[in-house]
Parts: sequence; C-alpha cells; structure tokens
Amino acid sequence: MANHDHALELEKAGANISGRLSSLAFLARRYPLGAIGGVIMVVFLLTALCAGLTGLDPFTTDARSSLARPGGEHLLGADFMGRDVLARIVFGARISLAVAVGATVLGCFFGVVIGLTSGFFGGWFDLLVQRLIDIMQSLPLLVMALVMAASLGPSLQNTIIAIAIPLVPSVARVIRSNALSLREMPYVEAARAVGMSEMRIAVTHVLPNTLAPLIVLGTAQLGSAILVESALSFLGLGVPEPHPSWGRMLSESAAEYVRSAPWLVIFPGVAISAVVFGTNLLGDAIRDVLDPRQRQ
Amino acid sequence: MSERVLEVDDLQTVFYTRAGLVKAVDGVSFSLARGETLAIVGESGCGKSVTALSLMRLVADPPGRIVGGSVRLAGRDLVKLDEATMRKIRGNRIAMIFQEPMTSLNPVMTIGRQISEALILHQDMSRNAALERTIRMLDVVGIPEPEQRTKEFPHQLSGGMRQRAMIAMALACNPEVLIADEPTSALDVTIQAQILEVIAKLRREFGTAVILITHDLGIVAETAERVIVMYAGRKVEEGSVERVFADPQHPYTRGLINSIPRLGLIRNRAEESSRRLQEIPGMVPALSNLPPGCTFAPRCTLASEICRREVPPFEQKIPGVFAACWHAGRVAVVANG
Repeated sequence: MANHDHALELEKAGANISGRLSSLAFLARRYPLGAIGGVIMVVFLLTALCAGLTGLDPFTTDARSSLARPGGEHLLGADFMGRDVLARIVFGARISLAVAVGATVLGCFFGVVIGLTSGFFGGWFDLLVQRLIDIMQSLPLLVMALVMAASLGPSLQNTIIAIAIPLVPSVARVIRSNALSLREMPYVEAARAVGMSEMRIAVTHVLPNTLAPLIVLGTAQLGSAILVESALSFLGLGVPEPHPSWGRMLSESAAEYVRSAPWLVIFPGVAISAVVFGTNLLGDAIRDVLDPRQRQ
Repeated sequence: MSERVLEVDDLQTVFYTRAGLVKAVDGVSFSLARGETLAIVGESGCGKSVTALSLMRLVADPPGRIVGGSVRLAGRDLVKLDEATMRKIRGNRIAMIFQEPMTSLNPVMTIGRQISEALILHQDMSRNAALERTIRMLDVVGIPEPEQRTKEFPHQLSGGMRQRAMIAMALACNPEVLIADEPTSALDVTIQAQILEVIAKLRREFGTAVILITHDLGIVAETAERVIVMYAGRKVEEGSVERVFADPQHPYTRGLINSIPRLGLIRNRAEESSRRLQEIPGMVPALSNLPPGCTFAPRCTLASEICRREVPPFEQKIPGVFAACWHAGRVAVVANG
C-alpha cells in the first residue's frame, strides 16, 4: 500500500476552509479561468465606479491634439476632435455597465415573473406566452434590439429597454422549464399540506430554487448586453453623443481612421472584447460552482 | 370510546384517465378517536395514499376528484369546504408527513424557516415567536442542538433527522389528526424504530390521532391499535390489530400476514421448503377495469361462483373484526389445514 498524505489530499479537496476570503481563494485555484474573468470584471467595475475620481476628461475637445498618437499627453492617443481615448474608454465603462446591468436586471425581472407564472401555474397563460416567446426567439437578440431601439429612439434609457425586452424570452424559458420540474417536487406538495397558497408556494419555494440557473444566465446575458449595446451604438441607435460609448467610439473612427489612426479602433475594441470575455469566463465558472453535477 | 375527531363516511375518489374511470377510493368509511392510531395497509396501488390525499383534499383535480362521501373533522365536513377555508385547516388541524424525507424539505431554505412558515401562516406568530416554537418542536422530536439546526439546510441533516424535522413541521400547529404516509419506508430499519417511537410519543403527549399508512405489517403490529386493510380501493377488513393478526377474516389479509418473512434457523431441507415465504399469486387488478364481484376473487384460492358475481357485504365476522368476504369462516381453516 502506498502512503497516503491525507493532509495534502484534504487540502486539495478544500477541507479546513474557514471564512469567506479563504474559500474564495480556494475557488480561484480550482477555477483559474473563472478567476481571470472575475478579475476582469472587478477591474471593469472599479473603472466604471471610479471614473470620476481619475481626473480624466472625456468631453473636452482640443484641435491641437486631433488624432494624436498614443503616448505623451494622451496615453492611448486622441480622436479626431482631440478627445482623450483613455478618458473616453474609462467613462465608456460607465455606460456599458449601466446598460449591461440595467438591461439584465430588467430583463431577468420580467423574465422571472413571466416564466414562473407560466411554468408553475400553467394553463392558457402558459400556452399563450410560450407561443409569443417562440415568435420572439425566432429573431436574434441583435435584430430584436435593433427594432426596439429604432422605434424607441436613441437615449440611454431606451437603449436599456431595447436590450432588456429581447432578454425576457430566454430568461422566461429557463425559469419556466425549471418551475415545471420544481412544481412536482415533494416539498411543494409538503408546502401544500401545510396549507400554503399556490402564490406563496411559487414565491417562497419555487423561486429560490430557480436562482442558480438565473445567476448563470444573468452573467452570460451581461456580456451579450454589452455586445448589443456596442453594436447599437455602432449603428447610431444606441447611447447618443456626447456620452462616450465603446461601440460609438468604434463607429466614429472605423471607416475613416482605421488606417491612419488605428488606436481609435483597437483600444475600444479591446475594451469590449475583454469585458465580454470576462463575463463569459465568470459565467462559466459560476455555473460550475453552482451545479453540483458539473463538479469533479 | 372517547370523542371522535375524524369521521370518514363512504369516501369516493375517482380519477378520470384515458384508460377510463379509475375508482381509487371506493366507499371507504372509518372513524378515528382522539389519540388513537389507525393503520391503513395494503399493496401498492390499493388506494392507501389516495385515501390520505383525499382527507387532506390534496388530490389533483384534474384528473382526480372526490365524488362522494364526507370527511368530518370535529363535525365539519371537509369535502364541502372551499379551497381558502381548507387551506386554513391543512397543516393547522390536519397535517401530513410524506414518504420521502430526502426531498420533502426545500433544499434552499433553512430548517428553521421552513418549520416557522406553518406557524406564521396559521397561528399569526411573529418570526421570533415562531422560531422559538420551532426550536422547541425540534427538541421534542429528538433532534440534538435544535437551535443550531434551525440555521442549517436540509442537506446537512441525515434522512432520519429530516423525517424528524418533517414531523416537527407537521405537528408545529398541534393538529388533531396526523396522517403519516409511509413515514419510514425510505429509512434504515434502526431509524424506522426511532421515528415510530417519536410519533408514538407525540401522540401520547399531544393527544394527536394518527393515521399510519404503510405496507409493513410489522410496523402496524408495533404501533397501531386498529387496522384497515384495503384492496383495490375498497376496505376489505377492519378491526383491532391483535384480533386481525390473530384471526384474519379475509383471505387477502391472511395472505399479507403469511408473506411476512420470519427470522429463525432452518434446520433441514424439508423445513426450508415448508417455510418458504408464501406470496399472494397475481397482481392488484387495474383499477379502471375491476371484476364485477369481489375484487380479490381472481387471486383468491377460496373464490367460488358467488365471489365472481356479487360484491361481498362488509360485516362483522367475529367480535371486533369486520370483513368483506363470502367465505370468511373458511379462511382460517384453509390456511392452517
């Protein structure tokens, strides 16, 4: 028999973990990609929240530094109107965050309400809603958002709504399918035997059990919301001037300056890619952590 | 006998299915005194659980429906109540524990909160008062460190502990009637005895009447005072546990008793063959397509012409034992001879 180093194996399995910080460190070691995603998201969040403290100015135009190269006064260069690219990316993080979180929260809220009603109570409401969702899901997220944005007109608020509405069906679907299986659970029957009303069972027993898939879905949607916002702004339907939006920064410069001043395209592009990449990595890791079947 | 808390009269529950009308409970009557334990036994699919669900009015409609009879709890007919009034009675005055302790508790809710829910719902208690009572109930059902347990989630408890928690939840509001539907079938034998002891203790302490639904005759012998044997949705025998076990009047009951394995040394081959378990041949008939006469006739060794033609009346055969069988007198003779 080989010697077993129990202490070492236990350490690897995550025994003797106490406190939030050390369990976070343990998870980071187990899911390194998720940790990278987490770090990207933290940087993104801090950037967005602390943008005002940096002393950077995304709005001031300066003819002298029009299309200035990266380095020197403008670390990441300046655009055609002499506005600092770094400042605009930093402040653009705010817009991206507002749109991503706003749209995801809004979309998830209505998705949960519809999905829960549809899945737990069923009946004609379920039938009707599911057919509507079928129709909405036959169109891609971007196309739906385009139609919404075009009809609502460009503003920050409308962009959030335009992105949130197409999110509703996919959230509702996931919550519905979960509620369908949850309503057959013995604890739902037990809750009935205790004398709870159907409404109360739906909120106190079914809803909390759908949170895990909801969190996973929400994180994934965060990324696509940022992407769609960029796309809408790129097409001029998203957040209007003078707010710095990553997508708009791309669209302003793409056609004319991509050869002469590539930094105008590269840096906002990197910002978008990094954040979407980060949300996806984090979302995958959260799914693995929350779903015991995927655990090794 | 002391006051009757529950009187069930001619209860009929049917299911409307593609296979046709299924009479899951067909004219079942019984009554229950305060603090009494009544066992309902029978094979799978004989209508035990549907009877329990009917008493709670928890039969899903569609496909099921209570089409006749009455369930009187302290004089009030539960069958006639509207859903909102029934909700106030469920869990408050008539409670139920289920077979699956592993899944009968919500995995994402703490034990304390789940048990408190019932109290907050029915007794208008504040969160703190409910939690205090929850801790006391957990203590009563024999869960160690009850205060700590209220903060834990179901997966942190063993199966036996979860079933204790379920009992605590069911009895939190001090109901008159507790329905235990196979409460120990999913548990280890050693844990079974403990759980049954907890139920017995609570019955003595609170005077709760218990309806114990099981297919395990050993449990019936240990815990119940009276027993009802059900077959294909009908009551086939009823009486005190000692009498029925000593001298069963229905061939089905005799068959059930004979199919209990008994421990003991087997000395030789001849004895081994004579001591083989006796099973009841055949299966419970499809409830949607019952034979016209006695439903047990196709599996019965005593069955004669009249059994296949006419339903036997449910009547007293020997003092204290009622059965529905044309040949009750011959049951003991044939089985022993």
